[in-house]
Amino acid sequence: MRNFGKWGLGTVLMAGCSWAFAAAERAPWQLNMHPGVTQTSHEAYQLHMLSLWVCVIIGLIVFGAMFIAMFKFRKSKGAVAATWSHNTVAETIWTIVPILILVIMAYPATKVLISEAYTNESQMTVKVTGYQWKWGYDYINWGDKPYHVRFVSKLAGDSDRTRQLRSGLDPNSVKNAQGENTYLLDVDKPLVLPTNTKVRFVITGDDVIHSWWVPALGWKSDAIPGIINDTWTNISEPGIYRGQCAELCGQDHGFMPIVVKAVPPEEFKAWLDQQEAAQAAPSNATPATPAAAPVAQQTSSAAPSNG
Amino acid sequence: MANTAAHADDHAHDDHDHKPEGFLDRWLFTTNHKDIGTLYLVFAFTMACIGAAMSVVIRAELAAPGLQHVQPYFFNQMTTLHALVMIFGAVMPAFVGLANWMIPLQIGAPDMALPRMNNWSFWIMPFAFLMLLGTLFMPGGGPAGGWTMYPPLALQGGASVAFMVFAVHMMGISSIMGAINIIATILNLRAPGVDLLKMPLFTWTWLITAFLLIAVMPVLAGAVTMLLTDKFFGTSFFNAAGGGDPVMFQHIFWFFGHPEVYIMILPAFGIVSEIIPTFARKPLFGYQAMVYAVASIAFLSFIVWAHHMFTVGMPLGGELFFMYSTMLIAIPTGVKVFNWVSTMWKGSMTFETPMLWAIGFVILFTIGGFSGLMLAIVPADFQYHDTYFVVAHFHYVLVTGAIFSIIAAIYYWWPKWTGRMVNETWGKFHFWWTMVFVNLTFFPQHFLGLAGMPRRIPDYNVAFADWNLVSSIGAFGMFLTPFMMIAIFWMSKKSGAIAPQRPWEGAHGLEWEVPSPAPHHTYTTPPVIKPGMLAHGDVTH
Repeated sequence: MRNFGKWGLGTVLMAGCSWAFAAAERAPWQLNMHPGVTQTSHEAYQLHMLSLWVCVIIGLIVFGAMFIAMFKFRKSKGAVAATWSHNTVAETIWTIVPILILVIMAYPATKVLISEAYTNESQMTVKVTGYQWKWGYDYINWGDKPYHVRFVSKLAGDSDRTRQLRSGLDPNSVKNAQGENTYLLDVDKPLVLPTNTKVRFVITGDDVIHSWWVPALGWKSDAIPGIINDTWTNISEPGIYRGQCAELCGQDHGFMPIVVKAVPPEEFKAWLDQQEAAQAAPSNATPATPAAAPVAQQTSSAAPSNG
Repeated sequence: MANTAAHADDHAHDDHDHKPEGFLDRWLFTTNHKDIGTLYLVFAFTMACIGAAMSVVIRAELAAPGLQHVQPYFFNQMTTLHALVMIFGAVMPAFVGLANWMIPLQIGAPDMALPRMNNWSFWIMPFAFLMLLGTLFMPGGGPAGGWTMYPPLALQGGASVAFMVFAVHMMGISSIMGAINIIATILNLRAPGVDLLKMPLFTWTWLITAFLLIAVMPVLAGAVTMLLTDKFFGTSFFNAAGGGDPVMFQHIFWFFGHPEVYIMILPAFGIVSEIIPTFARKPLFGYQAMVYAVASIAFLSFIVWAHHMFTVGMPLGGELFFMYSTMLIAIPTGVKVFNWVSTMWKGSMTFETPMLWAIGFVILFTIGGFSGLMLAIVPADFQYHDTYFVVAHFHYVLVTGAIFSIIAAIYYWWPKWTGRMVNETWGKFHFWWTMVFVNLTFFPQHFLGLAGMPRRIPDYNVAFADWNLVSSIGAFGMFLTPFMMIAIFWMSKKSGAIAPQRPWEGAHGLEWEVPSPAPHHTYTTPPVIKPGMLAHGDVTH
């Protein structure tokens, strides 16, 4: 919430819409975007509301004028058509004013975009790899210390059984321990991330193009074979944040969700060390993950350390 | 006046003399712009019905969470083919059909400049679509990688890749030939006195659209040819492992794809710019500004393509450039909307069916334009991209934009084509029915996208269930409208009131100077333009 009030207009407007995001992440009959839990997502939300209200106001003016014209200038009311077809003053005004409005919208958008492009000064790096149809996660480092934790995250079993064609199972009954419906939004192994930490992602694809998207973090980034995209996040509140693949990637495109579990940094450190130890121990090898593709190995070695 | 009447008699005479007899001679070998226009329109309508049937499959599966009807892979074939059929099979041919029918009539030309090529332009299209739709019945099924055909996914298809590529080639050849024909006709066959800046807006928008087509259809052909050689001949244009670049395909595709979007909307602007002045009984406001706005939009369409790709990981400078250039489009588009409203202002309006569709177009297309402006804001687009918000956006500009204008045009020019009026009550019923169900279908998709539902998925979390059900109910209601149209126009053709030469009181322009129905051959000698005959270009009525 710390970024609220950055723009006066946004604050007033958001107050009016606060009911819409007081609920859980995704709510039945939801109308609007949620502000999310990162600075990026708050900024995306503010820009969304700014442009939405600009459109609403312009729409009210234009459609208002149209409806007045339609009621006032009817032949059935005896209206006689004027013969003019130019008005230089009006035409100049409605060319110049939109330019000013666009500048008002472009300025904050530019500022936000510049800050989002800055991936330096991260405290850790996670590599994300899209596979048909699951996500691979590599923890590259934490501070100056390199890590080799790697696992694959795929659709949870109960969702997977229920989503089969005519399975006879009810999607409404797929719930987690808290009673939240997690149908198609739950995985066997979530991506654990620390809160209040600048986390850098390097994102690539193994087979086709995927897109890694958690709405609460405020962005999506395409996972493209042969290309490494980098981006970052800094999650302000602990919690479970769910997302989905956002680029058509074949038959199970709808069935490769993303779950981020954000925990306080100390808890994260303990979890990461435990994972590192478990993966290092030969007797306790994790189940076979898809063999790291050449491009994946290249990424691991090429990923720069923090700072 | 006497002269016009004498003209009319001449044409009535022509009508009996030169219309080919026999079905094949009349339709397969035709070089007549009106018959070819009719063929295009019938073809487009057939394709629209097929595309609509596919959308019903999509919306039926999405009516409730869980997979009830089709496998995900078949679902993907439906979304892919729905788009290809609707874009290349329905909207584009419908506009070409209207161009064939109306451009010669609007500029006082006897026919299109290249009539035999016109015949060929049309007749390769049915074969292109037989090939494309035939893939559904082949082992492995139809293309399922999305209409955008992004590699590497598109290359995972089987034989359907080759069929899709060849079908796209044939559609492209058809479009290019059609565009050459339209340019040649407009630049060479205008009657004396129909200066460029006195041409109807529909003709103007098509002139500009035709240049867009010639510029970008070869680009698409190149892109799909590279897909073909990557798939079957071992090249690596888009294969990173071979030194290629999958993102390069997206750049090439959208360099075609964004002008393509305007190819589908500029003629719509033209249609609405004809209809609104007619029923407001007032000349189009800012005619020259309208022409220049269309030209600016066409120019901008070449420098905004990467706004379809904000999430591929472009450098900051690229994102900023494409954000600014995209936002700029709002200015000429705004000019058009303001001018339509100003045309209505202080008019003497009546609300016959074509006018209702045109007004529906202005309002709903503007809503689609608003969401387009929102999508241009890159940090917000990082959230909107590839969600149902985008689906809502482009259906507002394509269905309530392009298709509304096509329906408006059919209602508007139908009396000229057939000599029969359409039943106003049923026409208005058709309009209001569509207004209700089209908004029920597409407006909730904005909410779904903002709530986080990705596009192109066959199944979803239960939180998305309610709006999806509403959207599906809307789609089922929409599916009745093609049948409604058949009934309405069938009734008109059979038993509609006889249409006068000028069925709409406020209609101006050369197309209204020939009898209804328009004889088989019109303007075999150029018309003599008199004051008040033309609709546009420093006129007062």
